[in-house]
Amino acid sequence: MEKVETILYGRRWKSFLGFIALILILPLVVSSQYVFTLLILIGIYCIITIGLSLLIGYAGQISIGHAAFVGIGAYVSGVLTVKYSVSPWVAMGIGMVATFIIAYLIGMQVLKLKGHILALATIAINIIVYILLVGLSDYTGGAGGLVGIPNLSLLGLDLGNQVNFYFFVWSIVFVVILFSTNIIRSSVGRILRSIHDSEIGTETLGVNVTKFKVAIFALSAMYASLAGSLYAHYINFIAPPTFYISFSILLLVMVMVGGVHSIWGAIIGTASIMFLNEVIRFVGHTYFNINGEVEIVVYGLIIILVMIFIPKGLVGILDVRKISPVKSSIKKDVTIKKNVASEKGV
Amino acid sequence: MIFVIIFKTDNNLELFRKGLYQMDLFLQYLITGLTVGSIYALLAIGFVTIYNVTGVLNLAQGEFAMIGALSCVTFVNLGIPILGAIPLAILLTAFIGLAVERFAINPAGKATPIVLVVITLGVSTFLKGMGLIIWGTSPKSLPPLVESKSIEFFGAVVNSQSLWILVVLLALLIVLYWFFEKTFLGSALRASEKNPRAASLMGINTKTMSMIAFTIAAGLGAIAGVMIAPLTDATYEMGFFLGIKGFVAMIFGGMHSIPGAVAGGLLLGVIEAFSGGYISTYYTDALAFGFLLLVLFFRPQGLFTKATGERV
Repeated sequence: MEKVETILYGRRWKSFLGFIALILILPLVVSSQYVFTLLILIGIYCIITIGLSLLIGYAGQISIGHAAFVGIGAYVSGVLTVKYSVSPWVAMGIGMVATFIIAYLIGMQVLKLKGHILALATIAINIIVYILLVGLSDYTGGAGGLVGIPNLSLLGLDLGNQVNFYFFVWSIVFVVILFSTNIIRSSVGRILRSIHDSEIGTETLGVNVTKFKVAIFALSAMYASLAGSLYAHYINFIAPPTFYISFSILLLVMVMVGGVHSIWGAIIGTASIMFLNEVIRFVGHTYFNINGEVEIVVYGLIIILVMIFIPKGLVGILDVRKISPVKSSIKKDVTIKKNVASEKGV
Repeated sequence: MIFVIIFKTDNNLELFRKGLYQMDLFLQYLITGLTVGSIYALLAIGFVTIYNVTGVLNLAQGEFAMIGALSCVTFVNLGIPILGAIPLAILLTAFIGLAVERFAINPAGKATPIVLVVITLGVSTFLKGMGLIIWGTSPKSLPPLVESKSIEFFGAVVNSQSLWILVVLLALLIVLYWFFEKTFLGSALRASEKNPRAASLMGINTKTMSMIAFTIAAGLGAIAGVMIAPLTDATYEMGFFLGIKGFVAMIFGGMHSIPGAVAGGLLLGVIEAFSGGYISTYYTDALAFGFLLLVLFFRPQGLFTKATGERV
């Protein structure tokens, strides 16, 4: 007899095996340091975008402020290791717990808001955190940034080494994916989807909607914090501009372009946007001799095109499993229902 | 004024001077706040117009201000007098607004709000990039509307451009009131805001209305850009943050009314000026956005509106 879970969600081990195989094969193919750095950064960003995918795609709550939580994580790690010589692992843990608590407290207030207003509130949080990062210069080093953040090492293994760190980051990504898919496939995941479609409807079923929304917000913030710590220990240098709204927007775009309704979409989106950025920059510099951030023209254009023509994201193209829609006799209500869901859910 | 009188009767010269000085500062901050607030108000009106007619939150609104300001600089450099360059810049920007609606918003059809937000973010990025390609990175200055000296007003120094900004805002409000309340087109726009379905049943083409809303909003954004450029200089980067401020002003005003948006814009400007003046210039934005969060927590329906219910 098949488990209910597999009927509902399909098997996931195929995608997991594919994922692991890809991670193991890539270092054999890739030799350039540059591409390696890119792959590591993609891994770090994936941790954030998976969290965002849970928040936006599953719980239906928008956030244009997750760079703030990345920043908090990075700065807790950075300041504790540089100024107070705390062990990086302890600092990382403290960062994650601290971010979880901060996000939980913020979320309790902010997530009462919906849609566009929620988006603005998260932008506001991002701006405030950014200003504090620059302003509290006694601790954070201010606009000049924080230098000399140590590399990680695990059981005598030096993670400053590119290849080691590559495997380390991607195994964390794997754990994050496993954990997140477990959430999605549990009753919590079903409640989150239900919140996405109709918050009020879910509430009338006796579910404490706020609790779930805040918890998933805090969880995604914790992922962001983890990614921030990894980033700080990898690059060894952090400065506030990295954690400004532009980064939040980049993260949002990655999730949306990849496909917001799937964890895999977040990963595909992150990888494709990162590669796209590099390709545009490379082509622009070598063939058209342009400098600065001129690539944002192409970048903006692609965002518009993807969102117009494949609003479900790139993962929608790759998804070969076609699920036939359930036939219903009450077809007329479909548009109205859709409108309601889109108005409330965002 | 009351301060001044009290101190005068006390015959305490030191305190009197201090009081007068504080009065000056207070006025100065108030006028600065109202000037900047008017700019936010103009952007907020654009936000409200688009949001209410189409349901789209246009995060590219600030880029219209950037295009307006920078194209006006170009027209002035071409030798066109400023009073001719401004209408040209506004027309050009309005046309770009129309193009944005045609090529980016309209093809998306009935996309979910978050997809539309991401599209406008894409538009914003695209326009910013175009601005960078066309005008480069260096800040450009624009001559003021009318060359004249600063005016002293109760000890506060008022830049004549500030006065012009207030005058323009007031004139625009009157024009907009007339447009939305007295003309057929304005009524049609308001109808598609209230109930798009009923409006289309009454023979109003809501798609055309969406185009018109974008054109008007872009024009208003251009006016904001042209008015602020003589005071702050124009760069290709100025747009996004101005846009966010306009959005904040719109939220203060409750998202649905133009007078609310204007009040919200002025309030935001005044808060910024006073927190910059009395607390810290550095934390101005943090304080303004902190205030925004407080407003959102306690009065998410806006400061100037009555509470409304939500239909399930």
